[in-house]
Amino acid sequence: MNIVVCLKQTFDTEAKIVLDSNGKIDSNGVNLVINPYDEYAVEEALKLKEKFGGEVTLVSMGSERVQESIRTALAMGCDKGILVNDPSIENPDEWATSEILAKAVSQIPYDIILAGRIAVDDGSSQVAIRLADALNIPSVSSILKLEIEDNKGTVTREIDGGTELIEVGLPAVLTAQKGLNEPRYPSMMGIMKAKKKEIKVLTLADLGMSAADLPRKMSIPKFSLPNARTAGKKISGEAAEAAQELARLLREEAKVI
Amino acid sequence: MAKGIWIVIEQSKLEIRKVSLELLSQGRIIADKTGEPLIAVILGKGVTDLAKRVAAYGADKVILVDDDKLADYTTGAYTSVLNKLIRKEEPQAVLIGNTAVGKDLAPRLAQRLGVGMASDCTGMENEEESFLTFKRPIYGGKAFAQVASNVRPVVATIRPNTFPVAAEDASHQAEVVNETADIDPADLRAIVKEIAIATSQRPELIEANIIISGGRGMKGPENYTILEECADVIGAAVGASRAAVDAGWIEQKFQVGQTGKTVSPTLYIACGISGAIQHLAGMGSSKVIVAINKDPEANIFNLADYSIVGDLFEIIPLLTEEFKKLS
Repeated sequence: MNIVVCLKQTFDTEAKIVLDSNGKIDSNGVNLVINPYDEYAVEEALKLKEKFGGEVTLVSMGSERVQESIRTALAMGCDKGILVNDPSIENPDEWATSEILAKAVSQIPYDIILAGRIAVDDGSSQVAIRLADALNIPSVSSILKLEIEDNKGTVTREIDGGTELIEVGLPAVLTAQKGLNEPRYPSMMGIMKAKKKEIKVLTLADLGMSAADLPRKMSIPKFSLPNARTAGKKISGEAAEAAQELARLLREEAKVI
Repeated sequence: MAKGIWIVIEQSKLEIRKVSLELLSQGRIIADKTGEPLIAVILGKGVTDLAKRVAAYGADKVILVDDDKLADYTTGAYTSVLNKLIRKEEPQAVLIGNTAVGKDLAPRLAQRLGVGMASDCTGMENEEESFLTFKRPIYGGKAFAQVASNVRPVVATIRPNTFPVAAEDASHQAEVVNETADIDPADLRAIVKEIAIATSQRPELIEANIIISGGRGMKGPENYTILEECADVIGAAVGASRAAVDAGWIEQKFQVGQTGKTVSPTLYIACGISGAIQHLAGMGSSKVIVAINKDPEANIFNLADYSIVGDLFEIIPLLTEEFKKLS
């Protein structure tokens, strides 16, 4: 089975966000990791490989530093990586990213494409689903369970208030929700082996594309930070007294009960 | 010339989701300002009667697509139908609630249309050049991005609880247009076999006006009943922090935070939650925050509007009794 995992490098969720002097998100000193939801995709891919054999190829976009995250996923057991790194296109929007990834994925055989349901940085939750449309294959998002038989996936998808069971023909794009599995840690052996695994770095030209073909559909974002909330009223006293006072304040002052 | 503001109405068992009413209400305000018509689009089976309802919330026109194949939401069929309608009618904007359906549908539709999309927006303003600008939380709410589309239509999903629902006006009339469901066979490659909705009388977490959430301080799964009892008195949803979910005390679908649900209720009651940055990212946009925690140094107290330092096992049942007296 040929399995593709779309992987994004993101800030660690512990990271505090600050803006630099140009008003951009400052990545200085921030620990970069595999997007946590993509780890579920990697784990699921490795489980499929263990069951059906085949190969897991990681596909990512970004700068040189993304190689570190690809290397980590290779150490978990993935087989090879493709990184599209082209300085001529800086921070492409979701449409352009999907078009580029679609070209990169089209160059390799695939039976199933896995990705995280959302990236914890821009939180846009678009690219994997857009990729499916660009490749003209079905997609199921936010999956909690996956079984594959006879070139068909039976997938449990999270919906508001419950789940649904979906049968989907392969190839398909599936996006991983927390709960799908428990990602493994790279073993020492895995880390050693990963050093020798191939990461192919491609430019847009390698994909037969150029930045001019990919005009932004969305404006370049302007960033701001939320107004810092400050501590409000401390309600003291015995438990019964405090509970009564809190209920009163919520009713009379905040008017939310 | 692009025309109209489209609201894709989400319904479940012929009940219109609250977020769709929020979008109609806000869409009406923008329609009045810009002179654009407000158009509600309803896909489903047996949805004809919903047209009156959306008219009462301000729609000028209702497009109904009533078909057996649209009874349950599927990515492919809904994308297929909406793509063709949008290409025909050329609206300025297509707005969808950021629900499980909206999150799945909107990116696929945007790609099919070859347009941009703003996800999970918590603000939307009319502006001359781009028609709409959107404010959206990024890094789980630790920062905001303001974006607009360079092309039309713009597709956007809006977070539930962002806009108030206007009063219903039963006298408001809308033109109703029936369209047929034209679905490409290639869009029928995924089939819904079964839908399992957990039986809960409580509101859906992302749409709830009030959330009462428990963290590590809950000490065990059995103790969530005290939160549930309180929730049921005030019509709240129950949530949890990552610590409680990772401990296996409560299902993952209740997790609030950067790797869980992002919520903005009117009132968020955090019980035994220390206030890790990932949790604050998921609930920091709540209008009023209450924190109850034994540890006076807990970070959550730095942003709570009302704080009680104390034992939640003592305070919550008392608070429940106080709420009962108020209701």
